[in-house]
Amino acid sequence: MLARVVENVYWLSRYMERAENAARIINVNAHLLLDLPKGIAPGWLPLVDINGNRAEFDAKHPKAAEERDVVHFLAADRENPGSLYSSLHMARENARTLREILPTEAWEMLNEFHSEFMRELSTGLAKRSRFRFLNEVVGTLQKISGVLDGTMSRNASYTFLILGRNLERADMTSRIVDVRSAQLLPAETPELRPFETVQWMSVLKSLSAYQMYRGAVRSRVRRVDVLEFLLRNRQFPRACMFCLDQVEHELKSLQRGEPVVDRLDAVRRFMARAPLEALDQAGLHAFIDRLQLHINELHNGIARIFFPKPQISGIQQLSESGQSQRQSRLAF
Amino acid sequence: MKANWSTYPTAGLHDELVGPGGGSRAAARALLGYLTELGGTEIAVRQQAAEMAIRAMGITFTVYHEQDGSIDRAWPLDIIPRTISRKEWQRIEKGLIQRAAALNLFIDDIYQKQRFIRDGRMPGEIIHTSRNFRASCVGVKPPLGTWAHICGSDLIRDRDGTVYVLEDNLRVPSGVSYMLENRQVIKRVFPELFENSAILPVDDYPSQLFDMLAALSPRKGETPEVVVLTPGIYNSAYFEHSYLARQMGCELVEGRDLAVDSSDCVFMQTVDGWSRVDVIYRRIDDDFLDPETFRDDSTLGVPGLMRAWKKGNVALANAPGAGVADDKLVYTYVPDMIKYYLGEDAILENVPSFRCAEPDQLSHVLANLHELVVKPVDGSGGYGMLMGPSSSKAERAQFAKALKANPRSFVAQPVITLSTVPTLVDDAIEPRHVDLRPFILSGPQTSVTTGGLTRVALRRGSLVVNSSQGGGSKDTWIVDAEA
Repeated sequence: MLARVVENVYWLSRYMERAENAARIINVNAHLLLDLPKGIAPGWLPLVDINGNRAEFDAKHPKAAEERDVVHFLAADRENPGSLYSSLHMARENARTLREILPTEAWEMLNEFHSEFMRELSTGLAKRSRFRFLNEVVGTLQKISGVLDGTMSRNASYTFLILGRNLERADMTSRIVDVRSAQLLPAETPELRPFETVQWMSVLKSLSAYQMYRGAVRSRVRRVDVLEFLLRNRQFPRACMFCLDQVEHELKSLQRGEPVVDRLDAVRRFMARAPLEALDQAGLHAFIDRLQLHINELHNGIARIFFPKPQISGIQQLSESGQSQRQSRLAF
Repeated sequence: MKANWSTYPTAGLHDELVGPGGGSRAAARALLGYLTELGGTEIAVRQQAAEMAIRAMGITFTVYHEQDGSIDRAWPLDIIPRTISRKEWQRIEKGLIQRAAALNLFIDDIYQKQRFIRDGRMPGEIIHTSRNFRASCVGVKPPLGTWAHICGSDLIRDRDGTVYVLEDNLRVPSGVSYMLENRQVIKRVFPELFENSAILPVDDYPSQLFDMLAALSPRKGETPEVVVLTPGIYNSAYFEHSYLARQMGCELVEGRDLAVDSSDCVFMQTVDGWSRVDVIYRRIDDDFLDPETFRDDSTLGVPGLMRAWKKGNVALANAPGAGVADDKLVYTYVPDMIKYYLGEDAILENVPSFRCAEPDQLSHVLANLHELVVKPVDGSGGYGMLMGPSSSKAERAQFAKALKANPRSFVAQPVITLSTVPTLVDDAIEPRHVDLRPFILSGPQTSVTTGGLTRVALRRGSLVVNSSQGGGSKDTWIVDAEA
């Protein structure tokens, strides 16, 4: 399997996951706002923070931003590399280079969905049809993932599909926890307590985690339980720890995955040590910041070992076996 | 819209399906009867179904657009197939095999002893002034002595029914994936017809291509690593490169995935490290193949690839330099090659051609520009031609000047009124001109695709079938009319 190809599979998978998350958080936010009194409603800007593109957004919308601006920025803005539009476009561009790898049905579905999305984007985002439109984005992307899971051979390209999906998921879950918990601060007074529950429920719902959370934690929705569930649960597929377990499992199927597995062990120890109950907001933020750096380092480790090296001149004799060590020396 | 063949205009034309007076040709009988029964409205519905299938299957070709860069367009397919009787096809197939054999012998001769020239069959300057002659290939002996492993020859039929070879594409001919996909789409659209008639299948091509490529491997006894080398996603034929790699189960590589090591072997960069490559089906022009040998600004190729090929450590298909026989002036010598190398008469005729490089023929061409087609010898895609009868005085003057300045660069041919096939145009069925590109694989055995890619000029009266210039395509049926 070509190094360039597995890199493209990896990005295809990340972009599909990113697109799905973008659609998901818009819908959940809209629902949340309906449940909250105006005074404490966080509005739409936190979504831009989750997306991590606040500076670009502020430059485009110097005046107080409205719902429409934020939804447009997150769903339809071509210049926002994290938007649903861009993610879907990049997913398709990557898939286009993978025609010989991807199951034909999956490619056909993605291709058809991409053109349908581009066609219906402007009408689909109108407030009346938005919920249905975005729900369909989530549903279709899940369907495509299902086809991939159901029809791809478990070879190196599938491995990188799972790696991309889980690293993106871990990253997105940690972002949502970070940004959402920061907004929830003002609600910590007795009369707003009921609304705190509603908000933590919305955090869970934006990750489709509410039902599974209820099944696993049989008490009132509380901050510490939600944090524990979303960060450290090992059974829920969008929990960070679960995603890291998946990454480990896949890395072990690769001949040269060991250095990243070692790093991964360190990340999991770091996560296990965190005293979530004792962490105040600032402490939680600092913890998640470091977690994201770790996730990014995992990505860099994978890229360094498995993705194409930009410079391949000056290669000495390349024998066909036992070259992995020499190989990694050549890279830098 | 009506599917009424008695009013279908065939006057002055040779139609592939409808004979003079509206009767159907033998190979088309079942098809035309079926279309009549289906009726115009239903035919239009099926055309839409085909277009939807093409979009969903992502069958595209890339055109370069001045404002928007390269755009991926849905492949244009007209659902009314073009039919050829099996009996006629058998003769054409034999002719193509003969032609490919002679062309390969010629190329091998040109890079070895040049007997054809020394025996006075062709002036030596033609080779030395050919843009596609590669001095660096002189003396190289590729496996089996084969240079043009994949050849796409364009066939046309004149209004008197004669089939001619218009040109031979020996560099990186494309179109075969569309031939295969057209059949897939048409099977979805007209399933009833395939159940009831003897239409020969086409889908064996990818496995034949793979077997041929695998037979070129320098490491005998080991499972050969065959790859398809593409210039990348923005190339107009990228769809095809990816399609063929997928169908053959090969890696689709770009130049940057490959490297040549100090022992002159080729490796690709895989997820498990570097891995040896034995055979490269390259879809990159010679010019860009190896910056050490050819254009040094090429970023598409692989430095050192020619070294590896000359040492016999990797096989390239088609071999570098094979394009020397692609030159349209060399084309005019193909019937002589068949006689010289095989001792046979050509089964398929060349279009009568004037060699502008020869002074008496040049003066004839200059005097008759208004009724000739003038073509650059190294052109393709229908670019840079003069269509005499529809040209302006100024265009003819411009070509006359170019011809006198550089006669070696042109050939001229009479205008051939290409045969037609009924085609859906807006809401009617009208005759449109077609050609046919079969593909010939030369390896341990020689094989020809069953039929080929039929290209159709969609504008009324137009003879330009290239998809880059608004041409469409049709499924091609070789029909066993006697079955």
